[in-house]
Amino acid sequence: MNPRYLPLTATIAIFLIAYAVCIAQYPNMLSTRVIGNLLTDNAFLGIAAVGMTFVILSGGIDLSIGAVIAFTGVFLAVLLQATSIHPLVAFVLALAITTAFGALMGAIIHHLEMPPFIVTLAGMFLARGMAFVLSIDSIPIKHPFYATLKSAYYKLPGGGRITLIGGLMLLVFALGILIAHRTRFGANVYALGGGAPTARLMGVPIGRTTIGIYALSGFLAGLSGIVFSLYTSAGYSLATVGVELDAIAAVVIGGTLLTGGSGFIAGTLVGILIQGLIQTYITFDGSLSSWWTKILIGLLLFAFILLQKGLILVTDRRRRHA
Amino acid sequence: MSTTLKAYAVRLFPQVAALAVILLMVSIAFPGFFKLEMQNGRLYGSLIDILNRGAPVALLAIGMTVVIATKGIDLSVGAVMAICGAVAAAAITSGHSLAMTLLITLGTGILCGLWNGILVAVLDIQPIIATLVLMVAGRGIAQLITEGAILTFNDAGLIFIGSGALFGLPMPVVIWLAFGLLVALLVRRTALGMLIEALGVNRRASMLSGVSTGVLLIAAYVLSGLCAALAGIIAAADIRGADANNAGLWLELDAILAVVVGGTSLLGGRFSIAASLIGALIIQSVNTGILLSGFPPEFNLIIKAAIIVLILVIQSPRAQSAFVFLSRARAPVKKTAGEAK
Repeated sequence: MNPRYLPLTATIAIFLIAYAVCIAQYPNMLSTRVIGNLLTDNAFLGIAAVGMTFVILSGGIDLSIGAVIAFTGVFLAVLLQATSIHPLVAFVLALAITTAFGALMGAIIHHLEMPPFIVTLAGMFLARGMAFVLSIDSIPIKHPFYATLKSAYYKLPGGGRITLIGGLMLLVFALGILIAHRTRFGANVYALGGGAPTARLMGVPIGRTTIGIYALSGFLAGLSGIVFSLYTSAGYSLATVGVELDAIAAVVIGGTLLTGGSGFIAGTLVGILIQGLIQTYITFDGSLSSWWTKILIGLLLFAFILLQKGLILVTDRRRRHA
Repeated sequence: MSTTLKAYAVRLFPQVAALAVILLMVSIAFPGFFKLEMQNGRLYGSLIDILNRGAPVALLAIGMTVVIATKGIDLSVGAVMAICGAVAAAAITSGHSLAMTLLITLGTGILCGLWNGILVAVLDIQPIIATLVLMVAGRGIAQLITEGAILTFNDAGLIFIGSGALFGLPMPVVIWLAFGLLVALLVRRTALGMLIEALGVNRRASMLSGVSTGVLLIAAYVLSGLCAALAGIIAAADIRGADANNAGLWLELDAILAVVVGGTSLLGGRFSIAASLIGALIIQSVNTGILLSGFPPEFNLIIKAAIIVLILVIQSPRAQSAFVFLSRARAPVKKTAGEAK
């Protein structure tokens, strides 16, 4: 088997084994209801994680997404409360702002040649600060259109529901896979992650690709913010603190190499589902504390980093012998 | 000696100037800012407040400076603070003596640093990712120790570390000043500092020239863990309890910011602990200043973001080459001025 697929296979195997263990203990977990909820509850995280996967594939990192999600939520809530514009218009406005914000960070990273870590850290402060300035209270969203969107779902056999936001996440993943593997932009992202000097020699437009990647991440963080505001029906500037860490963990558990250049968008979906599964299991158990989620995710993260290190070592050795 | 002093002055000038400007601006908005009072053998005043409140970030910045100089980064310090606070509270409430508690807590910090260091130096994992593991899992571990509650304690000795006073200064200030001085002397009066810089500039080259890079790297992360343990003790002693959820939350970002404001490059190499400490004071002055001058605290983060962007622009290679270009154009003038002296 191509070693490229090994991390992805390991992730899927871990998910299936973990799910089997869960079902063995709680047979009720094998229902479309649980699966439907798994998708709905993790929709906002999944959408943001697609953007994070692109960023990490290119060898960068985006710390701003949690703050951007919170900003989008507050922005929508304030806009819908203060004016009478239709939520769809507000959505378009929010997406335009977050996409421009991402593009700006990409431009700073490229033109000032600064590490993405510190630039997106500044972006995180700025987005969170803007959310604070808009409002420090949790503002409810009571627009009837929100109720319509929330009640839209596709009923699965067995009583489970794929809600609008759960379906949207699956759609974003499908589009993400398409962009990563079937477009020139996707190929450029992989090339950039493989090494910027090589990519430049190959004729990859580094600047345009970098700006595009962070704009995409900003756009998806904005979309994730819209989904989150649908999920909670409110905007709060202190919401989704630390979501960027969950997204990074999902990407790594999904088998994407953190140095960039290798990985799959689909793996991130499985990474999200594993995190959701741990939480669902803890809810089913009822006696375990929620902090075990963090410890388990930390351990999984560590295991996958070791797996990746081992793989790189093995392929290097094979290449040397060849 | 005077030349080294001059070099220090040149190196620290931008940070000191920035701090002075910020303090002046705050004192315009808030008269009486510079007033110091002596009460019960302890100094009180806004300036002392800044020194005191800035203690955790200042301590973290000491370790972070050394880690960043090795071209690394330590994201786990906030979580390590939470773990160490929890350990200190658990140890003191279960009846250990103060000395034993401090020993256990500092040992925990060193252990956390050792874990990070081994991941980075031995397993050769990128520092951001290696320390991310402990950052994610750390708060869970701290929760496990406190069993989800806020562990409170009443030990006078431990509380003294958070709110006592020594030589007229609050205890946290004494601790970070003394520890900063100790580490600065350790790296600058021995070859350690130079070796760390060599390691940060080019790990392979310094290894080939005989520097034991592995040991140095691990030592850097251990130092960072130790600093986080000290900061964790202060944070816990300050509120007389260990809060696993909020102790040291996002302080790793403030510490990194302090180092960057201090002018140490994230790309490794040349570092200055004094400049990082001034950077930590700048951040705290902005925080305190916004509160004192009656600005809504919501603007705090935006101002911080603006400061980072400003520093990024100044530090960026493009801007630096522009500076070099400009100063080269003026160079002959400068030379004659120097000779005239």
